[in-house]
Amino acid sequence: MKTDIRKQDIDVTWQNLNPGTVVTGGATAPEFNTGEWRVNVPVLDMDKCKQCLMCVPVCPDSSIPVKNQKREDFDLMHCKGCGICAKVCPFGAITMKEGDE
Amino acid sequence: MKDLIEIRWHGRGGQGAKTAALLLADVAFNNGLYVQGFPEYGPERMGAPITAYNRLSRNPIRVHSNIYEPDYVVVVDESLIESVDVTAGIKEGGAIIINSHKSSNELKPLLEEKGYHGHIYTIDARKISIETLGKYFPNSPMLAAVVKVTGVMEEKAFLEDMRKSYAHKFASKPSVIDGNMKALEIALKEVH
Amino acid sequence: MSIRERLSGNEAIATAMRQINPDVVAAFPITPSTEIPQYFSSYVANGKVDSVFVPVESEHSAMSATIGASAAGARAMTATSSCGLAYMWEMLYVAASDRLPLALALVNRALSGPININCDHSDAMGARDAGWIQLFSENNQEAYDNMVMAFRISEHPDVRLPIMVCQDGFIISHGVENIELLEDDVVKNFVGEYRPEHYLLNASEPLAIGPYANPPYVMEAKRANLQALENSKKVMLDVAADFERISGRKYSFFESYRMEDADYAMVIMGSAAGTGKDAVDALRSMGIRAGLIKVRMFRPFPASQIAEALKNVKVVACMDRTESFNTVTGPLGADVRCALYDAGIHAKFVNYVYGLGGRDVTVASLTSVYEDMMKIAADGTVGQTYRYLSLKG
Repeated sequence: MKTDIRKQDIDVTWQNLNPGTVVTGGATAPEFNTGEWRVNVPVLDMDKCKQCLMCVPVCPDSSIPVKNQKREDFDLMHCKGCGICAKVCPFGAITMKEGDE
Repeated sequence: MKDLIEIRWHGRGGQGAKTAALLLADVAFNNGLYVQGFPEYGPERMGAPITAYNRLSRNPIRVHSNIYEPDYVVVVDESLIESVDVTAGIKEGGAIIINSHKSSNELKPLLEEKGYHGHIYTIDARKISIETLGKYFPNSPMLAAVVKVTGVMEEKAFLEDMRKSYAHKFASKPSVIDGNMKALEIALKEVH
Repeated sequence: MSIRERLSGNEAIATAMRQINPDVVAAFPITPSTEIPQYFSSYVANGKVDSVFVPVESEHSAMSATIGASAAGARAMTATSSCGLAYMWEMLYVAASDRLPLALALVNRALSGPININCDHSDAMGARDAGWIQLFSENNQEAYDNMVMAFRISEHPDVRLPIMVCQDGFIISHGVENIELLEDDVVKNFVGEYRPEHYLLNASEPLAIGPYANPPYVMEAKRANLQALENSKKVMLDVAADFERISGRKYSFFESYRMEDADYAMVIMGSAAGTGKDAVDALRSMGIRAGLIKVRMFRPFPASQIAEALKNVKVVACMDRTESFNTVTGPLGADVRCALYDAGIHAKFVNYVYGLGGRDVTVASLTSVYEDMMKIAADGTVGQTYRYLSLKG
């Protein structure tokens, strides 16, 4: 059985699909592109961001990576464009734009 | 015996006609035959008429239907003669074996009235059972009567086989083994 | 050395289960299959097997528990009948789509309604599109043999599909007949140990089984399931060849009985096939070229092989022990007719519904089907192509 989840993307052929659509290996979600649903994309204005990190815990898809207590740009492989971060941001640093990029 | 013997049992739910048919299949199996023993199933009700069947053959049996033209019919409950067409389809040269205190001559007019003119045997399984077991279990005497009339196996071998079977079946109640054996022996003599 | 015994069909299946000694059996009682888990639970209680017996609260749970056990890595099975199988409906498809090897002993009984406890094949036919392998048995011997072979087919890496072993309710399940049993260690060696490549209880390889599939995946999953069924044909034949070596008994997709020069062929499944063979012999003794095909593997359907076996006959009568209500044909009739059409065979074809809800099937009633076929050949026309056998009125 193929264990590389990245090879089980939407273009997978029936011959290469894991039997029973089984997902092998644990913690495979980061490897799997679920951001393709997105119809709106959040855009971060770094100049307005005060690194309060209010946006981080409300993201339902853990798509706001944090390093050294500072947030980085969005993880668009997993962001669904729900816009909660934009609503929560006290500084207007996040705006939702149409489109998936 | 013939290459194939077909038997139909008529009894009432709870009297053990099905068990008797399965016992006969066991006996014939132990005598090296190919056997079928099967009941005609419906919702089970105590006292309702039930039918069970045996095919006993020297050759493998493939047919899986009920039996409409039996060589022998066994009537475990005499009262069924009035309500069920027990003699239906009995083959020329076949026989009916009835559990009754009456003699075959006494039952003859009743069966002739129903258009049956073949052989009639009777066995008083109630009397034998009460005498030997103290209770009414018609199976053992009926089984012996059927073995005797059909000739599916030798009496001696039958009795030996049944002693083993009872020893296994009544391992926890050995007291009833002798009673059942006695019932078989009397029935072998008294079926006429 | 085989063991000469006399057993009912249910006893035969329970004996095979004891010899297979599966890891898990989960079941809920329903007539006429009840005796199977009943016997098996006594084997568990008496230490004759190492199996875990799960007395669940419904057939839906029975199939769910069997699926769970198989996903965990266990060899698992269940038994049911009629509405019990219908209640498993949802999970039958899950078992197949998750590609889980497991076995189900089905004792064929009419689906309600009208409510009835006797034999027909409506229960199994309801599951024919679920992605399972389905084997039908003529008698207790075939039920036993099919059960012994079942896991080898189901667990094969090219297959990995659930398998259903069908026998006719009461007629076979409760009828005592002679049987040749294999010795315990022979069955044990034949079936072998189950060593799945991937399973939930493998701590070193986390797994997710049964994930949601978006539209981009479902057709591919079904096509892969279909391929596994296609693969199961060869695997079944290989397993049957191995089985012949230990038992001397030959199995294939179907049994051809006196088909070599047959003009009139009946296609039938289950216990009535034996009755049909007696009808064939009687007709043959009168010089009538009658033959019979008894389908053993119904899913996947061996279409090309059946067409090949029927290529020279004048008339085919296909016997369906169920009603599919399409007003044209029964399910077996549809498959056989489809096989003939694809092979360009233009034998006259007639389809009978028979034996519903335990309606007795006799040598006489099946002989009448051959007489109908002879009339069709003589007239050169079929007339009514979809008929009921032994119907009053």
